[in-house]
Amino acid sequence: MTVPEAARFAWQALAAHRLRTLLSLLGMSIGVAAVVILTALGEGAKRYVLGEFASLGSNLLIVVPGRSETTGSIPGLGGTPHDLTLEDAAALEREVQGILRAVPIAIGTEYVAHRERRRQVAVMGSTEELLPVRKLAVARGRFLPPSELERGAPVVVLGRSLATELFPASDPVGQVVRVAGWRLKVIGVLAPRGVQLGVDMDEVAIVPVAIAMRLFDRSSLFRILLEARRHEELDAIQAQVEEVLAERHGERDVTVLTQEAVLASFQRILAALTLAVGAIAAISLAVAGIGIMNVMLVSVSERTSEVGLLKALGGQRRQVLGVFLLEAGLLSLAGGLVGLTVGQLGVLLLLELFPAVPARAPLWAVVAAVGTALVVGVLFGVLPARRASRLEPVAALARR
Amino acid sequence: MTPRPSLHPSPHPPPPLLELRGVSRTYQVGDQLVHALVDVDESIPEGDYVAIMGPSGSGKSTLLNVLGCLDRPDAGVYRFAGREVQGLADSELTEVRRHGIGFVFQFFHLVPRLTAAGNVDLPLLLAGLPRAERARRVAEALEAVGLTDRAHHRPEELSGGQRQRVAIARATIMRPKVLLADEPTGNLDTASGVQVIELLEELNRQGITLVVVSHDPHVARRARRVLVLVDGRVARRLRGEEIQVGILPFAEQESSP
Repeated sequence: MTVPEAARFAWQALAAHRLRTLLSLLGMSIGVAAVVILTALGEGAKRYVLGEFASLGSNLLIVVPGRSETTGSIPGLGGTPHDLTLEDAAALEREVQGILRAVPIAIGTEYVAHRERRRQVAVMGSTEELLPVRKLAVARGRFLPPSELERGAPVVVLGRSLATELFPASDPVGQVVRVAGWRLKVIGVLAPRGVQLGVDMDEVAIVPVAIAMRLFDRSSLFRILLEARRHEELDAIQAQVEEVLAERHGERDVTVLTQEAVLASFQRILAALTLAVGAIAAISLAVAGIGIMNVMLVSVSERTSEVGLLKALGGQRRQVLGVFLLEAGLLSLAGGLVGLTVGQLGVLLLLELFPAVPARAPLWAVVAAVGTALVVGVLFGVLPARRASRLEPVAALARR
Repeated sequence: MTPRPSLHPSPHPPPPLLELRGVSRTYQVGDQLVHALVDVDESIPEGDYVAIMGPSGSGKSTLLNVLGCLDRPDAGVYRFAGREVQGLADSELTEVRRHGIGFVFQFFHLVPRLTAAGNVDLPLLLAGLPRAERARRVAEALEAVGLTDRAHHRPEELSGGQRQRVAIARATIMRPKVLLADEPTGNLDTASGVQVIELLEELNRQGITLVVVSHDPHVARRARRVLVLVDGRVARRLRGEEIQVGILPFAEQESSP
């Protein structure tokens, strides 16, 4: 009995029980499809976030208030970090060697209104240098004008969708909007940009940082972005920044992140996410394997007399073993391939629905899913197949 | 070995094809030991036609299973074509069955999803013969049992008699030396039963050794020799014509082995 002949025999056995075969096929394909789709999602989320950060350029340093390490002080007594102020930003620009620019950012949520139309959005206070640092572009009008940090004209630049929401019919440039009791003149509209660093840049109102601080009635900045002249100097700049601010605040109470560090930690988190999601899907594969074992056990006990017959007709134990293993293997292979197809179609559908998320199942996940399906199917097929091959022909034939 | 009054037709019997010497077989059923065969001595020469009769539980099927190398004796010696069988490994026993023995069962044991031709093909497939030769031999075997036009029908589309003829074609396709039939007519109406028995006897005339287990005296009396088993022992050895229908050594009608 050659392998193709045995496979044909096994196939006929599967085809004879169409419903049962289809059901266990379904289990296996759901498992494989789940692995493909879920890892594709995880991978897509990872690429999406990484892409967002990468678009900022790798020469970026981010200064945030507070320090992410435990200090010895008693909570509430001197442990509170100093605010990050506009003066700090000015000092950094002045004193740190090797930086192109220091961009302060203040952020808050406010209602922006024009006549009866009102919309709650993120209001971002910054300077004209936000434009190059965030790689933004202006579609209409102009961006914030250059000015002293402590002063700012009452002007605003609107994100794309915010502009169309507030001014559905007219040109927003030159009009006035109200923000927290202030009247600000719209001087420009951003080109569409999408979500960047967690802020939807299409739904944002950008004002001079001094205006933002007064709007929010706050003296603390959200963060300061620094752009280094050269990538190699990042470490030196980081040290300088910490030194300058330590001198100003009297203690080391800020955290300086490089874009790479942020990227690395995001990458770790997202890789763990993909893995966790993959593991959940793998459980469904294992369950599908048990399903196949079930089918094979039923198949064996249902075909006890057939096993006895095969032995009486001169079938060797390993031939019987082979036929039943091939049956399990065919079942899981078919399930794996169907699952792969369904999974890839699912990924295509995801891409269609959420074009921003570059969902794509990583090759290792696809190989692992189909491979696991096959291994699980055959592994769980071994027990029933061995049982079949060990049946005594007499006992097997005695049943009708 | 006590010389027995000769039941063989010839004063110089040919060497036995099947030879049992002091064969016993005991089963454990629950906490009870069942002595299915007790010290059986029997020689069946090549070309013989033997019927095995006996009441239910007398050991008929066990004897057939031992003769067919499906079961091994616990004690004694069984020689198939001069070869001692009880010491052989499973795979060697399988070889003996594959090439030496054909089985016909009461419940046909056809594989329901395979066509008549597919069923007849099974032993050839298991033996690994090339496809072209298999096709030729299957066609011949089906023609020999008169079922050429039913080759592509599944068992469920065949009558009982046709199914048993397919089973006989399957049992003989490897050209075995011996054909073992367990109640071959047990599930057939009288007319089909007669057809099947006549087919088996035709094969016997062509030289195959035929052993039939049957409780039906009409079937048993056609055999050259009849062994009557009682409690695992050969209680009587008769010539076929000594069996009288209606005046039986035992009165029993069983429906299954």
